[in-house]
Amino acid sequence: MWSTRMALAAAATLAIGLTAAACGDGGSGGRASGAGQGGFTVPKIPMQQSLGAGEGEVDLVAWAGYAEDGSNDPKVDWVTPFEKQTGCKVNTKVAGTSDEMVTLMKTGEYDAVSASGDASLRLIASGTVAPVNTGLVPNYADVFAGLKMKPWNSVNGVSYGIPHGRGANLLMWRSDKVKPAPDSWGAVFDANSPYKGAITAYDSPIYIADAALYLMSAKPELGIKDPYALDQKQFDAAVQLLKAQRGLIGEYWSDYTKEVQAFKSGDSVLGTTWQVIANLAEAEKAPVKVTLPKEGSTGWSDTWMVAAKAKHPNCAYKWLDWIVSPKVNAQVAEWFGEAPANAKACEETADEHFCDTFHATDENYFSKVHFWTTPIAQCLDGRTDVKCVDYSKWTQAWTTIKG
Amino acid sequence: MTAPALTGGEGARPAPGVRRRAAALLHRRPRLRLSLLLSAPLAWLVVVYLGALAAIFLTAFWSTDVFTGEVVRRFTLANFRTLLDEPVYRTVALRSLGVAVAVTLIDTAIGFPMALYMAKVARPRHRPYLMIAILAPLWAAYLVKAYAWRVMLQQGGLLDEALKPLGLGSPGYGLTATVLVLSYLWLPYMILPVYTGLERLPDSLLDAAGDLGARPLRTFRTVLLPLVFPSLVAGSIFTFSLSLGDYITVKIVGGSQQLLGNVVYDNIGAANNLPFAAAVATIPVVVMLGYLAAARRTGALREL
Repeated sequence: MWSTRMALAAAATLAIGLTAAACGDGGSGGRASGAGQGGFTVPKIPMQQSLGAGEGEVDLVAWAGYAEDGSNDPKVDWVTPFEKQTGCKVNTKVAGTSDEMVTLMKTGEYDAVSASGDASLRLIASGTVAPVNTGLVPNYADVFAGLKMKPWNSVNGVSYGIPHGRGANLLMWRSDKVKPAPDSWGAVFDANSPYKGAITAYDSPIYIADAALYLMSAKPELGIKDPYALDQKQFDAAVQLLKAQRGLIGEYWSDYTKEVQAFKSGDSVLGTTWQVIANLAEAEKAPVKVTLPKEGSTGWSDTWMVAAKAKHPNCAYKWLDWIVSPKVNAQVAEWFGEAPANAKACEETADEHFCDTFHATDENYFSKVHFWTTPIAQCLDGRTDVKCVDYSKWTQAWTTIKG
Repeated sequence: MTAPALTGGEGARPAPGVRRRAAALLHRRPRLRLSLLLSAPLAWLVVVYLGALAAIFLTAFWSTDVFTGEVVRRFTLANFRTLLDEPVYRTVALRSLGVAVAVTLIDTAIGFPMALYMAKVARPRHRPYLMIAILAPLWAAYLVKAYAWRVMLQQGGLLDEALKPLGLGSPGYGLTATVLVLSYLWLPYMILPVYTGLERLPDSLLDAAGDLGARPLRTFRTVLLPLVFPSLVAGSIFTFSLSLGDYITVKIVGGSQQLLGNVVYDNIGAANNLPFAAAVATIPVVVMLGYLAAARRTGALREL
């Protein structure tokens, strides 16, 4: 009796599932085949030509700490003044990963997004975001030249967003335990490292680019020009290096509080980090030092983009201008711990050395930084004779590396 | 409006009404009554609960468009082929299985004596307090407990200091730490069913075994254990399935290790590859179905 009922339930479940599948098939017939396998065809989406009156509200997708309304810290609030000044009420949805941002933007419910380079290209290619008319954003003029019209925020000379801020992934070590002070990423890849078991690495497929960056100088014969444009041979070499590194790793980190604690206790003594983590660890009296190694580094550069189907485009543009205005950009940069995008922001920071600490004006520093960008099948470094390894393969490889 | 149906006058009012006829029909047909009553919760169970499982299973046969990241709804076995061909997934699956088994064994070894003490040795008026002591950790959030263990396990942490006199130290972050923390987290789920099982066991049976000359060990082996075995299996279902699906503890104290849950999480969170995540998610489901089928033979499902 019991098993008969079970069988019935199973049959019903299957029937429901199949119906859902059939419906799904009908609905998405045209969409899935829209983009080619490796090509970068950019959907034609019109750019906004003039700015009208605000629509009364704006829906944002943002990284934590990018749209503070005083609820975390009453002193940290640049949303309320914006609402007062423009009459646009801000609704913020905080996303935890680049992929979450892409998924949220695809719902069409949001007007603007603070996309990192490993999300922006995907948003552009899928037609989710529209080109941004920089003429409608007066503060864009003061943005550092080193951030404008970059591969992660523009396509074919058309700008798709307003730069928000940038930072580099650095090499951090415990100055009391790691001697001599390292100046190369080789320190975290050295198979005979005396710090075996106390080395840490960033827990994301994008970390494969860090290995590729090291190989650019360590194995020039591979011919890597861009750590995000790897053909199969170069990719395999990077994966091989990371598999060897796996034996040295004490812990992979993705949560910054975890890394602060690990460096403080000495469970990790050497590894990749962000400036803000180093500051926090120092504040907790951990003897840590950071450097930008001689090979250069990977990093992030975030961009505010406007949705193609934005319901409140005017308020979205007002927000774009607000967030890169000198005062607000300085507040965001200090709260999050990154270099501001607006050159004038450096005069507005509470800590007068802030821009020096984060190398905001140091184009030489950032010229050594390869900002995160989505690896796609079409090589980003311009090669057309080979196919590059795309991000979904990076993710699967990352699982294999961790073993 | 409702008065006619309630008073139910005999033909005094023009029409007895639909409600009255429906009530009569339901009265005559108890099966119809029952199915109507159950249809709403059953629909919920089938559509939301089993439907979600079915959706996972179906999604596992789809793929994602590499470029736009959208799900392509075309039947393919590629996900399962990758699962079988790539040795890493076998390693991760076996590691997860090992962790789940280890946690279950540790929880049985600790939980059984504790449940036995609570049910048979401790004074009845102390039992509620012991019960509260067992349940108290469940009132704290999972993350808080996991992070607390992270701090205790760190170099120079509580565990390091406590074990120093014995010449030992903290195991550091890794699989050992993961098993330790998971055993701690799921211990109440083992103690509770075993305690219930032992409490239902009449003391007279144990006395009778003693009267017939059985020594404590023999009583334990031939009387106690067979009667409590279903409860033990019931507890192990909790500890086993909870450990098999966990991915947060291993992220916090697991060092460089990953389990099945992390692979699923990475494929959803980082790669946006739902179909492959669904394919990976079928592994623990299949393992658990096998486990439940085995448990059903022992009669443990009736102890839940």
